[in-house]
Amino acid sequence: MVQQLSSQFLHLTSLLSVETVTPSEGSASGGNWAQAFASQFLGFLPGWIGLVLVMSVVAAVFVAVVPLVPLVLVLMERKVSAWIQDRVGPMRVGPWGLLQTLADGVKLIFKEDLIPPQADKFLFRFAPYLIFTCSFAVFAAIPFSQRILVSDLNIGIFYIISISSVVAIGVIIAGWSSNSKWSLFGAMRSAAQMVSYEIPIGLSILTVIMMAQTMSMEGIVAAQNGAFAEGEPIITLLGVEVKGTILDWMIFRSPFTFLAFFVYFLSSIAEVNRTPFDLPEAESELVAGFHTEYSGMRFAVFFIAEYANVFAVCAIAATLFLGGWQGIIDEDQFVPGLLIIFGKTFLLVFVMMWIRWTLPRLRVDQLMNLCWKYLIPISFFNILGTGIWGLFFREDSALSIGLSFLIISLFVVSILGIVFNSFGKLKPADQTALAGNIGAANLQKLKTTWNERHGQQK
Amino acid sequence: MTTQEIFSRLQSKFEDNDISIETEAVLEPFIVVPSSLIALISEHLCRESDLAFDSLQCLSGVDLSASDETMEIVYHLFSMTHQHDLTLKVIVPKVEPHVPTVEHVWKIANWHEREVYDLYGVVFDGHSDLRRILLPDDWEGHPMRKDYKEPEIYRGMKVPY
Amino acid sequence: MLAQSTASEERKFLELKPFSDEMVVSMGPQHPSTHGVLRLELRLDGEIVREAIPHIGYLHRCFEKHAENLSYQQIVPFTDRMDYIAAMNQNWGFCLAVEELMSADPKFAGVPERAEYLRVLAGELNRIASHLLAFGTYGMDIGAFTPFLYAFRDREKILFLFEKLCGARLTYNYIRVGGVSRDLPPGFLDDVREFIDYFEPKIDEYNALLTNNKIFLERTIGVAIMDEAMAISYGATGPNLRGAGRKWDLRKDEPYSIYDRFDFDIPVGEEIPGAGAVLGDCWNRYKVRMDEMKESVKIIRQVLDGGLPDGPIVAAMKAIRPPAGEVFSRSEAPRGELGFYIVSDGSVKPVRLKAKSPCFCALSALQELSRGLMIADIIAIIGSIDIVMGEVDR
Repeated sequence: MVQQLSSQFLHLTSLLSVETVTPSEGSASGGNWAQAFASQFLGFLPGWIGLVLVMSVVAAVFVAVVPLVPLVLVLMERKVSAWIQDRVGPMRVGPWGLLQTLADGVKLIFKEDLIPPQADKFLFRFAPYLIFTCSFAVFAAIPFSQRILVSDLNIGIFYIISISSVVAIGVIIAGWSSNSKWSLFGAMRSAAQMVSYEIPIGLSILTVIMMAQTMSMEGIVAAQNGAFAEGEPIITLLGVEVKGTILDWMIFRSPFTFLAFFVYFLSSIAEVNRTPFDLPEAESELVAGFHTEYSGMRFAVFFIAEYANVFAVCAIAATLFLGGWQGIIDEDQFVPGLLIIFGKTFLLVFVMMWIRWTLPRLRVDQLMNLCWKYLIPISFFNILGTGIWGLFFREDSALSIGLSFLIISLFVVSILGIVFNSFGKLKPADQTALAGNIGAANLQKLKTTWNERHGQQK
Repeated sequence: MTTQEIFSRLQSKFEDNDISIETEAVLEPFIVVPSSLIALISEHLCRESDLAFDSLQCLSGVDLSASDETMEIVYHLFSMTHQHDLTLKVIVPKVEPHVPTVEHVWKIANWHEREVYDLYGVVFDGHSDLRRILLPDDWEGHPMRKDYKEPEIYRGMKVPY
Repeated sequence: MLAQSTASEERKFLELKPFSDEMVVSMGPQHPSTHGVLRLELRLDGEIVREAIPHIGYLHRCFEKHAENLSYQQIVPFTDRMDYIAAMNQNWGFCLAVEELMSADPKFAGVPERAEYLRVLAGELNRIASHLLAFGTYGMDIGAFTPFLYAFRDREKILFLFEKLCGARLTYNYIRVGGVSRDLPPGFLDDVREFIDYFEPKIDEYNALLTNNKIFLERTIGVAIMDEAMAISYGATGPNLRGAGRKWDLRKDEPYSIYDRFDFDIPVGEEIPGAGAVLGDCWNRYKVRMDEMKESVKIIRQVLDGGLPDGPIVAAMKAIRPPAGEVFSRSEAPRGELGFYIVSDGSVKPVRLKAKSPCFCALSALQELSRGLMIADIIAIIGSIDIVMGEVDR
């Protein structure tokens, strides 16, 4: 039944002229599927017209479908926050408030479109679209199943990193053109933050690229279907052959990719400006950050782009580290790949929301400290480690994956053990001491500088 | 230390007959000091270790009636060290009132004096930043005075309602 | 004095970086975390605050001028509007001052005992409500939204109790000169007991959620240290002074009403070298409030356990006509010592009424506290000194 449904679904998607490609031929035929399609069905037209037509249809479908994701995410955010905060969230529009985001969207469309008189009008109008375009262009390279992928670039992940960096420019344009000091502050913070956090993101992705030895997204997914998939099943449960695909996921392939996953995830929270790294739009400090002066639909565009970004970074994390559209059980014949990657992505998005509604915000210097003093060194360590790991295990084998899994489990267990054992036994004051890290030496320094600054007044 | 003891100490220290004490028919006795001495006396009260009035509780202007020629400025002092309190009063004329500031003794006096300046028009000589604090900068007059007449129009808005 | 040190610092700064440009930004009066209509004129060098000059008065309602034309009982509702977060304590502070003035009058019998108990009950409940709001908004200032809603959920329960008690949720006008306005509604004490039984464990939950949170500690520990001498010089009282390590609480040190009958502690700030907590930093000021809620619960429990005496709830008197004289009386409001200076000429109206607001004093320290810190720290300071602009501007 499920299988039938899924095959119908796949058929539907292929009708929507989205690429039909199997992992093995992925990178090879990647760029040319549109051309092939055009020559096959639109052969009577001159070549480039057919190509343009096909591309436009894909783009139209893309633009129509992908913004639904942020709509769902906004609702999810509100419901998750409500759940965390002991309330019910939107309940009035539609059953359980399901249509609340639509209603909000309609409201925002009908709102007056204000442009501050002192603003740079062209840039002010341009910025939201730049951000919007860039955050949606990322989706073009994310494989949502073995058949749903707009374009399998051979430099897919590189394309994603570069195109998502352009968002920072959009944010700066928005902040600058508003001609408001708060907006400018938001933009400056955002620029500093995004540029800094791009480095640990890039370095963490590099570990995956080193393991997979390809930059193609489809190739990376294929690389996570490696050692065990073709071999014998580890165990047969109720007729299902469990071949251990979960151990093929990049996150478990070596201890270093495991670490890289967390570095990537943390940095991507900063990259999409969410708490605890939401300094560019810190509402209690900068009013609303770079979009302080925006209203109506232009604001909504920022909003949609933000959630699209959230989804994109989580989908990338799922693709790079968590096996992409591949299921937990080998061979995705039970659940369509689209549902699997959405499941993984939404799980990560949920974690992001969970973090957002639990933690306070860092200060700008602490934010930079975290990036430059912790995440980037860890990332370099990861790259070194991945290289060494690759020297020892030229190909993934049962030994390498088993060893990696062992190390990771030991690591996790010891961390959990430390946290639960030591923290529970401490007195509250000591817990505070453990949690704080300023330390006695710094305390003395702090006091001295304070006295220097204020001493003469007493 | 009672107000009476502090009074005798102040008298011997400053040798000024203008310092007087009021103990009759009042709940809390207070000391009246000449305005020229208030800064010195405050400093003395704050710095002397057995007096140690380290806290200025309140600094208020008082205008008792429209017919009076004078206003009062009242200093409520308290010692967090010895836990005794003291009330000082300074009598100032309504026309061009000037009082030395006590800002260098208690930092809170900065804002309290600004408030008294704002509402009573008393000028505190030596104050670092004597501006209006509660009212708009372009407000005319000092409204807590009993003879204050509110303006008809402020910035095109009718004031009496 | 202040201006001189500013100038010298500026010179030092100019010698350091002659070509750096500064920006003047107006934070407020409309700003999410200035707690009302406070305006700060920030002179910024990037994120660093060179000078933060508070401008107040946007909420000035001429309370003192109004009071000169109103009878004593009519002034009570005006005190509600001062610190509208803790209106009970404001009522109480004013009534204490008037009662002290009237105590010279032999015809005034004093506040009945039952009224004193009701006052303590209402005052301590309101202290919890006020500290809850301080806790919640502080969390929000630091960037955590969830504690805010938790705090409001619990504060709502207190407001509901107050609505039962006096019909109002924010401006109670409950504590009157000579007593309180009405007796307990049926079942009220059970409701209070139910609330404190529910609420007491919640404080530990909030401490786990926010107080000991790593990021929160990073943001508040060691930030904007107001030590004891500075706090006293600036007249900062209440949690701001106690956070600086001074064990000073009027309820204990100069007990008014019936506070000497209850057993409670005065929480003070503590120095935790391992964590870097310094006496008088933002975290200690905040922490004192969290601890004070526990003490208030303790007092309320004692009121409930001890049982309220029967009797009248308001002193019998014909008119409130205090004898001529003047009084300065202080009481411990949640935000510090609230003082009222009343000059009476023996008529039904005061000649002069001056309210010494604790927030006013604490806010004046902001300029010195914030120098050289960052924008985000300014927010942390404003939240930690816990101001209510209604009381600052009066």
